[in-house]
Amino acid sequence: MSAPVQAEARPRAAGSPPAAHRRSRRHLFDTKITPYAYISPFFLLFFAFGLFPLAYTAWVSLYDWNLLSDEQTFVGLDNYAELLADGYFWNAAFNTLSIGVLSAVPQLLFALWLAHLLNRPLRAQTFFRVTLLLPNVTSVVAVVVIFSQLFGREFGLINMVLEAFGFGRIDWQAGTATSHAAIATMIMWRWTGYNALIYLAAMQAVPRELYEAATLDGASTFRQLRSITIPMIRPTIIFTVIVSTIGSMQVIAEPMLFGAQVSAGAMATGGSDRQFQTLALYLYEQGFRSFEFGYASAAAWVMFLLVVLVVGMNFLIVRRMRGSLDS
Amino acid sequence: MGRSRSRLLVPLVSAAMLMVAACGGGSGSGGQDSAASGEKIKLTVGLFGDFGFGPLYEEFKKTHPNIEIEERQAAFADHHTNLAARLATGAGAADVEAIEVGYISSFTAQPDKFVNLRDYGAGEREKDYLDWKWKQGLGKDGSTIVGLGTDVGGLAMCYRRDLFEKAGLPSDRDEVSKLWPTWEKYIEVGKRFTEKAPDGAKFFDGPGEIFRAIIGQAPVGVYDENDNIVVATNPHVKQAWDLSVEMIQAGLSAKIGAFTPEWNTGFAKGSFATVVCPAWMTAYIQDQAKNAAGKWDIAAIPGGAGNSGGSHLTVPKQGKHHKEAAELVMFLTSPENQAKVFKSTGNFPSIPALYDQPDIQNFKKEFFNNAPVGKIFSDAARNLKPQHLGPKEGDVRTAIGNGLTRVEQGKQTPDEAWQQVLKDVEKIK
Repeated sequence: MSAPVQAEARPRAAGSPPAAHRRSRRHLFDTKITPYAYISPFFLLFFAFGLFPLAYTAWVSLYDWNLLSDEQTFVGLDNYAELLADGYFWNAAFNTLSIGVLSAVPQLLFALWLAHLLNRPLRAQTFFRVTLLLPNVTSVVAVVVIFSQLFGREFGLINMVLEAFGFGRIDWQAGTATSHAAIATMIMWRWTGYNALIYLAAMQAVPRELYEAATLDGASTFRQLRSITIPMIRPTIIFTVIVSTIGSMQVIAEPMLFGAQVSAGAMATGGSDRQFQTLALYLYEQGFRSFEFGYASAAAWVMFLLVVLVVGMNFLIVRRMRGSLDS
Repeated sequence: MGRSRSRLLVPLVSAAMLMVAACGGGSGSGGQDSAASGEKIKLTVGLFGDFGFGPLYEEFKKTHPNIEIEERQAAFADHHTNLAARLATGAGAADVEAIEVGYISSFTAQPDKFVNLRDYGAGEREKDYLDWKWKQGLGKDGSTIVGLGTDVGGLAMCYRRDLFEKAGLPSDRDEVSKLWPTWEKYIEVGKRFTEKAPDGAKFFDGPGEIFRAIIGQAPVGVYDENDNIVVATNPHVKQAWDLSVEMIQAGLSAKIGAFTPEWNTGFAKGSFATVVCPAWMTAYIQDQAKNAAGKWDIAAIPGGAGNSGGSHLTVPKQGKHHKEAAELVMFLTSPENQAKVFKSTGNFPSIPALYDQPDIQNFKKEFFNNAPVGKIFSDAARNLKPQHLGPKEGDVRTAIGNGLTRVEQGKQTPDEAWQQVLKDVEKIK
């Protein structure tokens, strides 16, 4: 809060000597307007690519708008009514939540543990940190294609291993639980290291003295992690929870390419029975396979509200956790 | 991501339109007339996969030295999705766009988005074409020529000679054809095959393509002539479904969906002994099963002639060089060039006059044990009954295909799966 006050105070002070009136006006202009000019590219782009489409999508969602036809009829809130009564939409919402929980929770815990391990004097630190980030810089398509082959029913490595140990083959795409687990694995592979690096950065800012004191008091590393590290980096944890929640609400490439292993049709429907169709994939199916843009826009808006809702809930939960731990 | 994609579309389009507007303002007199002055023109051709047009472009350039041609290839579904989006937004389509038959009627429903090829003399090509292929390319109004046909997908059945021999079945293509005059007989042969089949080899790949073939042989498919979906009422659909289910239950299926990575691996490993083979599929098999040259052969399809696939070439109106693009379409679809494409790739011409020509009749493919593909596919194309395909053909077939997969995965009984198919289809508007 203090920074803007200072910024405002400065031009007033500069503008007070009357002799320098003209120069001061230019100076005033410079200090008042220029900052906005500097940041305007972002806001212009945000308006064009963020705000305007958001509003336009809302408008489109009120129409029966098919991409392949020139007639668009106004239908009011019909698309929304139809959507809320559509079992496949809620099925997609459930899948999204399930895959989200299955991927985000283990991913964040694992990232915390990894960061804790790396947050000590180690040889070849940079090597480990770069390695953490490698899965994240790999293209998502490459990751999913490779993983889908690993999870392949006939020729997949995982099934071969299972078979070698005397277990049966698993048709990963067929079941709800198996497909969710497979997709969650792909997401975890990509994002665990990224979150670990963020945690690590936050951990480095925790004063060493705290750990030294704890060590003198005879606290174990796990105790130190629980009682020092986690409370100290809580804002960072809140940040990663929110970001990974938003990310998991938007999962599309993984289920789509995973479904492409079953058949061309199952690609957009997320499996033969939509057992792993996420919200974003449902939206893709409606908008870009059936070309029902009005309906897809309505789905986009409901999805947006769901994201806000879930993120809000997560935020409250994580903040409540801080309260209880602090006391 | 999907969400941001739909949100992105609009600004992208508006940006594109701004750019178009800017260009229009800047170059003024450019565009349409510039072609006449012999200026360099670049034509783009949007295809899904390789149509074997490469050598033809070079030939075209000889008579049109001022034209450069750039080919863009995309995946099957992406190609058609992108085309729909680009037509709706008025920018980004190629000068010449291919459309597959499964999508053609959703595009011919908006003839005003395409150049009427009749204006460029395509009308006289009518007599060359298979009647139904010609009609598929017409706009909904019945007179606009939206697209000119390239190939047709007359059906045959490809099979592995070596696997048939190992299973104690005849392997000669005429004898194999005699084994299965009907799909019921095909199932019987499948059961005989399965009894003695070598390890890891199933009779066919998956029920999806089989269903497509069976329904492709019916006079009426999933749509009637008036674009009504008739899945629930057309007995042919239920018949095709029941036959496919019977094959799954007899354990003949390798449970591998068409055009998936496992399917490609399956070709190379010989995981299935037969696969439904429209003419264009021969090139695909040849590509995927490089190690199996001479092991594959081609027999007649059970149940009589049918069609699966085939394409048209169109000229979207938003392009700048209508005349040149139309000339290119006429050139690429001309009878002699369709014959050339057939010989190099296997895509079978939609021009019946070619079928009797000796160079087509006698054309053989070494990869398929020297099968007389020219004769096989001209018989298939000549005998097939045309079928009307509706605007949401793809969605309907996806719903049915998913139903068959559910049966195959053991998630539902055939009855439950069929009921769900009917419900899914009902939702398709």
